[in-house]
Amino acid sequence: MVTISSNLLYIAFVLYLVATLFFGGAIKAKKDIEGKKGTNRWGKIAVFLTIIGFISQVGYFITRWIAAGHAPVSNLFEFTTFFGMCLVGAFIVIYYIYRTPLLGLFTMPVAILVIAYASMFPRDISPLIPALQSDWLHIHVTTAALGEAILAISFAAGLIYLVKVIDQSKASKRTFWLETVMFALVTTLGFVLVSTLFSSLDYKAEFNWVDKNDQAVTMEYTMPAITGPHEGELLTKGKFEPLVEMPALINAKKMNSVIWSFIGGFILYGLIRLILRKRISAALQPLVKNINLDFVDEISYRSVLIGFPVFTLGALIFAMIWAQIAWTRFWGWDPKEVWALITWLFYAAFLHLRLSKGWHGEKSAWLAVIGFVIIMFNLVAVNLVIAGLHSYAG
Amino acid sequence: MKDVKCECGHVNPHGTVLCEACGKVFDEQSKDKSLLDMRYEGSARRSQTYNKTIVDKIWNFFSSVKVGVWLIIVTLIASAAGTILPQEMYIPPTMPAEEYYEDQYGWFGKLYYELGFNNLYSSWWYLVLIAMIGISLVICSLDRVVPLYKALKAQRVTRHEGFLKRQRLFGTSGNVDVQDIATVKQRLKTKRYHVREENGDLLAEKGRFSRWGPYVNHVGLIIFLIGGMLRFVPGMYIDKVLWLREGETKVVPETDGQYYVTNEKFILENYDKDKDKTFEAAIDRAGMVVKNYQTNAVLYKRVGPAIPGEKPELEKVKEHKIKVNQPLKFEKFALYQVDYKLDELNTMSFSLTNKASGETFGDIKINLYDPKPKYDLGNGYHVEVLSFFPDFEFAKNGEPTTKSRIPNNPAFVFKMTSPEVPDGETSFVAIQQTIEPLGDNQYKMAFKGIETKNVTALTVRKDLTLWIIILGGIIFMIGVIQGAYWNHRRIWVQNKNGEIWVAAHTNKNWYGLKREIESVLSETKINIPADQIQNEKVDKEGI
Repeated sequence: MVTISSNLLYIAFVLYLVATLFFGGAIKAKKDIEGKKGTNRWGKIAVFLTIIGFISQVGYFITRWIAAGHAPVSNLFEFTTFFGMCLVGAFIVIYYIYRTPLLGLFTMPVAILVIAYASMFPRDISPLIPALQSDWLHIHVTTAALGEAILAISFAAGLIYLVKVIDQSKASKRTFWLETVMFALVTTLGFVLVSTLFSSLDYKAEFNWVDKNDQAVTMEYTMPAITGPHEGELLTKGKFEPLVEMPALINAKKMNSVIWSFIGGFILYGLIRLILRKRISAALQPLVKNINLDFVDEISYRSVLIGFPVFTLGALIFAMIWAQIAWTRFWGWDPKEVWALITWLFYAAFLHLRLSKGWHGEKSAWLAVIGFVIIMFNLVAVNLVIAGLHSYAG
Repeated sequence: MKDVKCECGHVNPHGTVLCEACGKVFDEQSKDKSLLDMRYEGSARRSQTYNKTIVDKIWNFFSSVKVGVWLIIVTLIASAAGTILPQEMYIPPTMPAEEYYEDQYGWFGKLYYELGFNNLYSSWWYLVLIAMIGISLVICSLDRVVPLYKALKAQRVTRHEGFLKRQRLFGTSGNVDVQDIATVKQRLKTKRYHVREENGDLLAEKGRFSRWGPYVNHVGLIIFLIGGMLRFVPGMYIDKVLWLREGETKVVPETDGQYYVTNEKFILENYDKDKDKTFEAAIDRAGMVVKNYQTNAVLYKRVGPAIPGEKPELEKVKEHKIKVNQPLKFEKFALYQVDYKLDELNTMSFSLTNKASGETFGDIKINLYDPKPKYDLGNGYHVEVLSFFPDFEFAKNGEPTTKSRIPNNPAFVFKMTSPEVPDGETSFVAIQQTIEPLGDNQYKMAFKGIETKNVTALTVRKDLTLWIIILGGIIFMIGVIQGAYWNHRRIWVQNKNGEIWVAAHTNKNWYGLKREIESVLSETKINIPADQIQNEKVDKEGI
């Protein structure tokens, strides 16, 4: 069952990749039949592939659920994969409302990156600790992920808006920040590629080191150490000696992964720039030239409107109900709770700005991007960096 | 202030921008604009009309969306700051917070502590922020909802030309058949529009209730915040921890001595990788994964009046296996599994032994929670417990003392009396340590063994604010769904100057409205109204 499950996920991943290419084709081909509304043959194939991929991933989800005996949303790999699945699901729904393949061209790569990122974490089926043994696990986590995914669609739409509207003929703050977003996406890919490279080489180096409580402990690196642990001593022979030693307070291993991701990101980004000979956003601009700005703006706003209630329900209300049952109180200022509140406050501010201060168009698109950054921060950093009650998800 | 009478005959309150009934533009500034600002229907809002007294100023401050958004953003940033380092309630109780932050995080930790960020969410300024958001919610809602309600109620079917022309979707058509109007009316009805007709003019409207969504959700939030405030009212909220050894019965705090609970057994289970094959890899990686924390508890209720000093008479109410996620509930209380301690010392046994011969003269078993003053061993042998230090240490002046009442490191001063030494010998006995302060003894208390018990910690919770919080949450969700998933759409089809004018407005989702209009007007001689915002843009861009 576990094998079937992981194969289904793999199939889904490949289908999403192919679908993205077809979405690209749909946009390119559209130029020839200018003026004709709706989706062309390429686009239809792309959507079809996306749906098959989605079904395959649902298959992964169900089979893994059967194998584990609980919904596969209990560790970082499972949750992030599920988030990717929701993203694709949300895209399919929004596609059938607005029928624009361009949205697919921007959403699918994000979903692919999310799933690829997820699979860098341990993929074992983990048993549930007592606090997680509740039906609210399924209810709370799935609803929260769905809400975040719908909100993430507004990021994709916002990105389309920005790629189209920002003048790429001269460098400005706007081009810089938009390119930063692109670079962040490339760096995520960099992390995935570097991790895959070293795990396929089966790189392992053991260190003896001294932690912040002055305890001697060992730690295993899976990437060559650039930043070594505090008073670290390399045990495995023939492996890379660290260049810099970190103080005990900083997790040298995570720091090392971050540095490698950036190295991967920079190389990749450099290569892309070398081939394109312009900014990534400038290279994407021709793809979006046929889209109507108001239309994308509306998709972005609509996704926030649809996603906000779902997010509130899943990430705050269901979360509070469960916290009352499991942790004796509905609210305890745990970092994950606080960041859910921050996300919620941010989108509340977004809606007020839009409704009353008339922040449409570009400003609104930037806000959608920031919102996604907050969601990703809550997903990645709060689990990995900030310790709290939710850190079992490592 | 004077009310404004419109040429259509409707009397509008002072400050109105668009006539509530016909939509004629009063405001001079709006007259020049090609599109109307339709927010709040151009009604007379207190905050936009008065700004003289101090009350006006406060009202205007809190009714401003700009202020509201700033309050949200500041709260957001403050909340984020509180997650940089753990809050004081989450740090281990090994050392005082003052030292902990500096010890763990250096100068930054020290600064964090000095700024009071270690208890950020209960700091006065954070609470002031939340309170200001609460006030803003009330005032900004009242400022808008009342005039908006009045304006929407007073609106007539026939609208002023200037109003129609300056709608975002607007179009005119000549030579329209009467039959077309009837078709359109019928189609609008099948699309669930509420259609009103006056002098051959049509107003089709649907989803007006979605306009109340924001105000409903604000009411929900206010109720939620009030619920949160009530926690500070004595008696509304109880948060106690009850440590209970196996076999021990204790009164449940805050129940006026009405309820007692017994810990029959505390169980801690780990996942077994041989039994749970699916999890083998994960268990190998983690080392040990806990499967269950459980207290087998029995709840008792006292029968009859409480008499001080006497053992209460108890009646069993129920048995419950308290696990995480499965609290024991009774009346307004709930007991939660929150902590435990395995193998806490419970009894210690000693044998009275003759040091020279090794002969023993009986064993004593001391309950460390309730040591007896004297243990009689018969035949003239007895042992007295002169002093007992459950958690022994030497104080600074060299005297033995106890850190707590928990028997973590028990120590005794025994007086051993035997036929040979009828006056008794004194011996100080601690773990791995015996001191004979008054010279060499003939007898000693030889350590025989210990018994341990597991201890469970239960949180005793009563929260009478919960139902208010739940009510607030439900109302908020209803409001937010009402506002987000429905749209208020209006389509005007009117006779003006022998032409048919069509104008339309929605509070959001213009795409949906346009598609609906296209389908309603299809195959009639009425032109599809144009989107004047997009036209404007096209003009500007010069395409």
